[in-house]
Amino acid sequence: MSYQQARWIEPLIFELSKPGRVGSSLPGKPRGRINVPKELLREKLELPELSEPEVVRHYTRLSQMNYGVDSGFYPLGSCTMKYNPKVCEELAALETASCIHPHQAEETVQGALELMYRLGRFLAEIAGVARVSLQPSAGAHGEFIAMLLTRAYHKSGRDDKRDRVIVPDSAHGTNPASAAMAGYEVVTVPSNARGRVDLKALKAAVSERTAALMLTNPNTLGLFEDQIIDIAEVIHDAGGLLFYDGANLNGILGKTRPGDMGFDIVHFNLHKTFATPHGGGGPGAGPIGVQKELEKFLPVPVVEYDRKRKRYYFDYNRPHSIGKIKGFYGNFGVLVKAYAYLLLMGAEGLNEVTEAAVLNANYIMHKLLGVKGYELKFDASGPCKHEVVFSTESLKLETGVTARDVAKRLLDHGIHAPTYYFPPIVPEALMIEPTETEPREELDHFVDALNTIAQEARSNPEKLRSAPTTTAIGKLDEAKASREPILSWGAHRKSAKK
Amino acid sequence: MKKLGLIVNPIAGMGGRVGLKGTGGADIIAKALELGAEPVSPARAVETLRSLKRAGVKFELITYPAEMGAAEASEAGLEVQVIGHITSGKTTAEDTKRAAREMLEKDVDLILLAGGDGTMSDIIKAIGTQVPILGIPTGVKMHSAAFANTPQTAGEVVARFLSEGLPLREAEVMDIDEEAYRENRLVAKLKGYVRVPYEPVMMQATKEGSTGYELADQKAIARWVIELMERGHIYALGPGTTTRAVAEELGIYNSTLLGVDLLQDYKLVARDVNEQQLLKAIGKKSATIIVSPIGRQGFIVGRGNQQLSPAVVRRVGKENVWVLATPHKLRATPTLKVDTDDAELDREFRGYIRVITGYRQTCMVKVV
Ligand SMILES: Cc1ncc(COP(=O)(O)O)c(C=O)c1O
Repeated sequence: MSYQQARWIEPLIFELSKPGRVGSSLPGKPRGRINVPKELLREKLELPELSEPEVVRHYTRLSQMNYGVDSGFYPLGSCTMKYNPKVCEELAALETASCIHPHQAEETVQGALELMYRLGRFLAEIAGVARVSLQPSAGAHGEFIAMLLTRAYHKSGRDDKRDRVIVPDSAHGTNPASAAMAGYEVVTVPSNARGRVDLKALKAAVSERTAALMLTNPNTLGLFEDQIIDIAEVIHDAGGLLFYDGANLNGILGKTRPGDMGFDIVHFNLHKTFATPHGGGGPGAGPIGVQKELEKFLPVPVVEYDRKRKRYYFDYNRPHSIGKIKGFYGNFGVLVKAYAYLLLMGAEGLNEVTEAAVLNANYIMHKLLGVKGYELKFDASGPCKHEVVFSTESLKLETGVTARDVAKRLLDHGIHAPTYYFPPIVPEALMIEPTETEPREELDHFVDALNTIAQEARSNPEKLRSAPTTTAIGKLDEAKASREPILSWGAHRKSAKK
Repeated sequence: MKKLGLIVNPIAGMGGRVGLKGTGGADIIAKALELGAEPVSPARAVETLRSLKRAGVKFELITYPAEMGAAEASEAGLEVQVIGHITSGKTTAEDTKRAAREMLEKDVDLILLAGGDGTMSDIIKAIGTQVPILGIPTGVKMHSAAFANTPQTAGEVVARFLSEGLPLREAEVMDIDEEAYRENRLVAKLKGYVRVPYEPVMMQATKEGSTGYELADQKAIARWVIELMERGHIYALGPGTTTRAVAEELGIYNSTLLGVDLLQDYKLVARDVNEQQLLKAIGKKSATIIVSPIGRQGFIVGRGNQQLSPAVVRRVGKENVWVLATPHKLRATPTLKVDTDDAELDREFRGYIRVITGYRQTCMVKVV
């Protein structure tokens, strides 16, 4: 094994605390009085007390025990963990972008408004829709807003008996969750043997109660829904809308557009496709785009341009709007990065992004297809798009080694685990999305590692199952970690007392 | 330390290979041996025990002598405490029942059973459902949902049950009338429910809109079913734990697990009715049948609930048959079946049916 992650025996910052130590001393005593009601006054603050270098070392060490795209390959399927150009970060950090305040007068933030206005136009063009709202703060938030727009649309047509939303069984969990949160009944339709929506089942599912279909294309198996035109027809004929889950946009940029496929509402994951990393817990942005007939329902405010006065402004005067959905106007920093990225890449560049992302995924698919223990459960005939889902079921039957074991062992090779056990329709799934920013050597290293692991599963399964051993933190009891998370100093002390 | 009871029915599965459709009854065993049948159950039990041993969990193993467990355990290299007596080479259903009773006395946490539907039914006859059971699939007929998919997964599940304590769910025990089966008639009877440990795969479960826990998922289904109910309607509640959850959510705790009950206006109006009583109660009222597929084999009407006869289903109307199944159950039961003694009606059911899988959550499932 040629990988070893830093492993500091680093106490918690509270345990490093020494009474009286400070990072910087403030001059004199605070003057004046602060009017805090007595019952809100705390006796003790219990903040850690440390010097500046101690703090710096503490966090540097912690960061060395971390892993990200900046440290290595991160093929986490459906998350598009590509390298995000540092220049986008730098631009977002500019004082003019990071230090403006949402309560500033519109005249003083014209640049920010213009950026949002233009970003909205760019995204609308990329997706083939009429208008975009940048407000939703994550993919799931965008999906939820799409469901509210769907409701507003049907209601305005006095068609409010529509209470069902159809979702394929390969969908990401946020799709049914968003529909359910918006009050819809979720109807799941199965995939066919080719890993695409089963048209017969879809036809059996639609009715005068169908409000919408939620679909991602390429789907979560990394396969293009090649019957999308028929699917759109079935839904539209039934009077429903088509929602496009844009999480997989990296697979089609510049090649085709959701709008051209017949979708009415689209969401984007800026924190996947457009220069903000996904999976770090935020902030993200999940803009939402709609076709003409849905435009009037978009959340307020919308950034508009007043040609006469040559001025950008927030338009709140939209009587059909579903209303406010987010404080102020979304996560601006993420919007700046996306805008910078689009200018950086240009139309040609986006085309190449998709070509390289799809090529990389197919390279891995072909290299792995001959390896015993990894197989495709659905269509292995055509190319995949930006990601590929392998099953390790046969390896499990042969050796007892599971997809989770394989994923954990990959960490010992210095590679982040693929998404595993998702989508649920693939048993022992490893969902691999290499993205466009990986060179061929990384892909080869990954394929070699999977090869080695398959051999090891046969020769030394015990050792494999003890993985990871070269990482800062070894094997975790995941069930316990998710059931009893200890996320604060207070919780830590409580659990230590027990 | 947890205690595991192991019972191997050494002759289970012998009839299958020689085309005998089950191995119940001394004469059939003789016939199977005559036809050159080889025991399959012991080897599969060893496979499970090996996979259990690989997991490296500490536990106490209690079993019956020779081929009923002791031999398999020693072949897998596991230490055991052997109890009871048998006449090796001449084991019967009585031995299985006695073994189960003695293990109950020994306070085992789980019985690991190598056998088929018949063996599982014998255990229920002997000790009811007091002890959780997991079946290693070794029989000819395995219509019961209490069996693991493979001997190896049985070992993995038991290992996790012993080390971490997995939750339990109730699973159907079915048995088929072997006499009828040999004459190519299938008469499946629901014999009861046993509690089996299962692995709630957290990741997978949440993506499916499931809590990962059968009871919570059943409750979610029940809540919605109750919201869908209308006053004045008759609801015929079929057998099973999923449908029982509906009754319990209404505060009805004496519903019939293996029979059909009638509900009206959120109250139990008749228990364990037969076909005639059903037809009479429904009369001209609008009615709904609420059923849950038999785990793994997938029958929604006809097997395990013969009271819901073609006449009853036709009277109620196919569109008024509500099918309930948790995502976990559906995963193990990917297609549904009907077997109503009325080929025309069976045909009408074919295609896709909406199955209620949670609160405001349904799934299109193929009926074959
Ligand atoms: C296919 C798909 N849809 C939707 C989402 C939800 O996006 P978010 O994590 O921003 O809420 C994801 C996230 O991974 C996804 O993979």
